[in-house]
Amino acid sequence: MSDTTTPLPSLADRVRPIAAGGGIVGVHFLGRTPVFVLGEEHLLFASEQGEQRIIVHGGAILASASDGIRILTGGDDGTLVATDIRGEHAILATDDKRRWIDQVALGPDGALAWSAGKTAHVLTKKGEQRSFEAPSTVAGLAFAPKGFRLGIAHYNGATLWFPNASAKPETLEWKGSHLSAAFSPDGKFLVTAMQEPMLHGWRLPEGQHMRMSGYSARVRSLGWTADGDFLATSGSEQLILWPFDGKDGPMGRQPKIMARSKARVVVVACHPHQPVVAVGYADGRVLIVRIDDGALIEVKAAGAAPVSALGWDAKGQTLAFGTEAGEAGALSI
Amino acid sequence: MPTPDAPAKIPVTVLTGYLGAGKTTLLNRILSEPHGKKFAVIVNEFGEIGIDNELIVNADEEVFEMNNGCICCTVRGDLVRIIDGLMRRKGKFDAIIVETTGLADPAPVAQTFFMDEQVGAKTKLDAVVTVADAKWLKERLKDAPEVKNQIAFADVILINKTDLVSPAELNEIEARIRAINPYARLHRTERAKIDIAEVLGRNAFDLDRILDIEPAFLEADEHGHDHDHGHDHHHGDGHNDVHVHHGLKHYHDEDMQSVALRSDKPLNPDKFFPWVQDLVATDGPSILRCKGILNFKDDPERFVFQGVHMILDGDHQRAWGKDEQRLSRLVFIGRNLPEEKIRTGFESCIA
Repeated sequence: MSDTTTPLPSLADRVRPIAAGGGIVGVHFLGRTPVFVLGEEHLLFASEQGEQRIIVHGGAILASASDGIRILTGGDDGTLVATDIRGEHAILATDDKRRWIDQVALGPDGALAWSAGKTAHVLTKKGEQRSFEAPSTVAGLAFAPKGFRLGIAHYNGATLWFPNASAKPETLEWKGSHLSAAFSPDGKFLVTAMQEPMLHGWRLPEGQHMRMSGYSARVRSLGWTADGDFLATSGSEQLILWPFDGKDGPMGRQPKIMARSKARVVVVACHPHQPVVAVGYADGRVLIVRIDDGALIEVKAAGAAPVSALGWDAKGQTLAFGTEAGEAGALSI
Repeated sequence: MPTPDAPAKIPVTVLTGYLGAGKTTLLNRILSEPHGKKFAVIVNEFGEIGIDNELIVNADEEVFEMNNGCICCTVRGDLVRIIDGLMRRKGKFDAIIVETTGLADPAPVAQTFFMDEQVGAKTKLDAVVTVADAKWLKERLKDAPEVKNQIAFADVILINKTDLVSPAELNEIEARIRAINPYARLHRTERAKIDIAEVLGRNAFDLDRILDIEPAFLEADEHGHDHDHGHDHHHGDGHNDVHVHHGLKHYHDEDMQSVALRSDKPLNPDKFFPWVQDLVATDGPSILRCKGILNFKDDPERFVFQGVHMILDGDHQRAWGKDEQRLSRLVFIGRNLPEEKIRTGFESCIA
């Protein structure tokens, strides 16, 4: 097991510091440029040549997603905005009651999705829009990796919605409030994070249940490793990696536990190609964890505020991080 | 530039009250006063009167059961989400006001602040303020169970529309309220006119003030506008259903009551915690609220706690003062409370 309490090799002196000037809620890469999503109004393009701030919302930015070509954001101004690498941005949709757009997702084939209240919408690449009324507020949205299918998390379960098919949406029931949704890279599992400190999963298509518990806090960040073998999660004082390398996923198996710390893990970001996870802690520390041998490298020492954003570029050469206090940086490896 | 200091928790005031009691009037009064404060206001979707405020969020009250097999363990799912979103704009407001629908049970709102770690880390419940309609309260206490919950839950109660009833009726209403909740601060208002300092920034979980109140003494207070007196009277507990103290009727509500406990002998924490946890585990559905300041044996610090139904939240607060009397004080407010069981149990926790 890897231990974070002993002094670790550090790459902190190779980090390019970025002053975001406001709380950071997300980070995505457009090409090689890290783009920070600020809590209010702005995207911050932080290329090596200079920084550029763009106002994309008239208030809080509640959700963001990216496919590497554009960044999709939803705001408390009731708008859905797409921004490209040149910083050009356009409003793609406005909620008719100006409700918060607090869930957004991008699909593998250029489709996009968002929700306000109980209504989820998709917009296909061809510009066709379809809507689905969930039984309660949509709390998580995810596109399946293949096929035009969405996972929607809500109270008492999740729904699989096939916007192009006349087939009825499929309901996956599990009591409680489900607050985010994620498909495994092979599309065989849908996992939700719950209000309680636990995850729930369904093996598809038969809907067999799996519960993943033992966390000290609500799981607010999760992601699969590139090979799909592990689901990396926050919510504990260590990095929790659930094994998904067999056909039953983590059922009947123990998670791999790494990078134990006094502070809680609050954000995780899996490397796009290697079995490597970037881990952000509540005390502001950022580490890179190699799953094979548990090796740890420090990217940022503990600091003023919890880490709130982590992201890799598509090639996996640069890691960007941000905190609730607006400290940010990029490390090229 | 952002400061490295951890920001103070944002206080949250919850406004409850039955339909038409005057919640929105009070809300608009709070917002229009020249206090220089900025509020984020969370209103329910059925609010009929316009509200003039920059940061206003419409909430779809969604009460979610927690997946722990306890039916009274509920949270407001919409609040979890809204507060998370609002905190992205911290610095734009000083406090949050949550207006609930007239039919709302305050418990899920209050429990949200204890159950959701993120909400609890960024915000704190300042007070539950209940607006009661002087003319209709008596009827509603009979036919609307929500109203009794709202009264029982309150830290501050406005008896509004006092101009519509006689002084005798007003005293009667006050006595009815006191029978349900002797600990709330009572105000009589017309058109919800009140100094907003009486409603906001109450730090209602400044438990000293609440727990200093001797419930049996209150009925002698003619006006009920000032309960900060330093009396230390002890009245007997042998109340009948209605009796008269100093000319004011004293009611016992048929199903809602409070139990106050105190002891100047130190408590044994190894006995107290198992006892109180077991009590709320078995009687949690009937306990609406509990609060207390505890004096543990060999502990230089005061331990404060509060709870809603089965959820308890507590911590060391500060050292006992040099001249401060080390007194443990607890109150339970609820339906059909097993008073003898509670008293005996508490006695057994004395070290």
